[in-house]
Amino acid sequence: MQYIFMLQGEEPNWEDVSPEEMQATIDEMGRYNQELKDAGAMVDGHGLRERATATVVHFPAGEGEPTVTDGPFAETKEQLMGFWIIECANLDEALAWAKKAPLQEAAIEVRPLVEESSEEEEISGEELVRRAREKK
Amino acid sequence: MEAAGPESVVDRTFRQESGRAVASLIRVLGDFDIAEEAVQEAFVVALERWPRDGVPSNPGAWITQVARNRAIDRLRRARSLREKTEQLEGLEALRPPQLSPADRVASDEIEDDRLRLIFTCCHPALAPEARVALTLRSLGGLTTAEIAAAFLVAEATMAQRLVRAKKKIHGAGIPYEVPDREQMPGRLPGVLATLYLVFNEGYRGSTSPDLVRVELSSEAIRLTRVLAGLLPDEPEAQGLLALMLLNDSRRPARVDAEGRAVPLEEQDRGLWDRELIAEGLALSEQAAAAGPAGPYTVQARIAAAHAQAAQPEETDWARIVRLYEWLERAAPGPVVELNRAAAVAMGESPQRGLELIDAIEGLEGYRPLHSARGDLLHRLGRDAEAAEAFARALAIPGNEVDTAYLERQLELIQSR
Repeated sequence: MQYIFMLQGEEPNWEDVSPEEMQATIDEMGRYNQELKDAGAMVDGHGLRERATATVVHFPAGEGEPTVTDGPFAETKEQLMGFWIIECANLDEALAWAKKAPLQEAAIEVRPLVEESSEEEEISGEELVRRAREKK
Repeated sequence: MEAAGPESVVDRTFRQESGRAVASLIRVLGDFDIAEEAVQEAFVVALERWPRDGVPSNPGAWITQVARNRAIDRLRRARSLREKTEQLEGLEALRPPQLSPADRVASDEIEDDRLRLIFTCCHPALAPEARVALTLRSLGGLTTAEIAAAFLVAEATMAQRLVRAKKKIHGAGIPYEVPDREQMPGRLPGVLATLYLVFNEGYRGSTSPDLVRVELSSEAIRLTRVLAGLLPDEPEAQGLLALMLLNDSRRPARVDAEGRAVPLEEQDRGLWDRELIAEGLALSEQAAAAGPAGPYTVQARIAAAHAQAAQPEETDWARIVRLYEWLERAAPGPVVELNRAAAVAMGESPQRGLELIDAIEGLEGYRPLHSARGDLLHRLGRDAEAAEAFARALAIPGNEVDTAYLERQLELIQSR
């Protein structure tokens, strides 16, 4: 299964963060990402630029044209700050990865991605039982 | 005494055995609904055949077998070929050991299935009330209506809760497995809490006419025994098992011939089950010796203190009060305060116990609080206030056995 990890947190005031602290944070996150890659679990992942850079395209109900406003979409203190897409067997594995993330005062929302539907084929139950028995 | 008819045998056996069948089918199908429906259909077949042909020698295997066949029928309508093929392979694998009665399924395998299922049902990604409902539905074999009644919600609400929980298990990819050692500390408390609720639902069904619903309690004990056996390094699992066994040992003495609840002090202690007490005492000591005692182990030691008193007046109330104080630190809450107050009333004086009860906040709608107040006021000779307290208790819904007790107390006071 594939899961998206949505990193929610309060954006730090970057002016209060020293270059050394910032580098340490980046290095730590780099090691976590490398671990995900080495395990074959990382499908994709990115940090997002600060909220002030967000732009929102709104779609009205019905016919009208989309409009553009400055963002972010949700004016909450907690913002989406980054995401990963992780490949793993089940929720427990996903949660184990999420818990390992080097974070403080943040949250990761873990949600499964909709799977693309596999081959569809009309087939009788008897045929299925026969195939299952043959395979044994 | 009325002879047990074939239907009641089918009913009883079905409830006892269905949890195992559901657990095995869920393992191979990965789908709660198909598993449960298939087992329900097997029940219909049993209702028809068992009264005619007799109950099979291994009813659990019979139910699993018939349900398995029904599940294959249902799978014809499943979604994708890949899914269907995987599930059918699993169902095929379930067949051989179950077909010949001589060659019974290894009980370990069944217990493993049930253990897996309980960790799935009690997953932290599910809401606590959904965990209990799922466990009672899947492992306890209760109907949605019975679970709804037990938790005082509408049947439709409970049905919705179960549907959502099953959807989440499937959609979020909650696995069907026992967590590894590293994850265990985070996962065990939720499982223990759920098992204890199942036990209590059986021991003291809040709306059931029988004070004791033996099968649910024994189901909880069986599951906790499996859990404690597989997790020997988890003292709280042993502590919970000890607590259940010690409470269960009093079962034969808890209801009188007229079906009324008998308070602990008035119980015929000769009826208490000595074997359960011996096992419970040994387990509670073992759990307590393993380090700082957790909430279940402390409660087991309180139950042990009662079990060790051959007569009510031999009860070491001072020790019980100390244990409740310990419990209040480990797991604070108004119900623990109430129990401590009741112990103080016995060990010190009814007056002191009453003062403590009256200082408790947040239990205005809790029947046992008003019942305990009534008892203490009665003991202090304040009968008018006692009658008022019993009347307040009776105004709160609860099980019929307790209602009968409260009505008798009220009558007793009013007849003076």
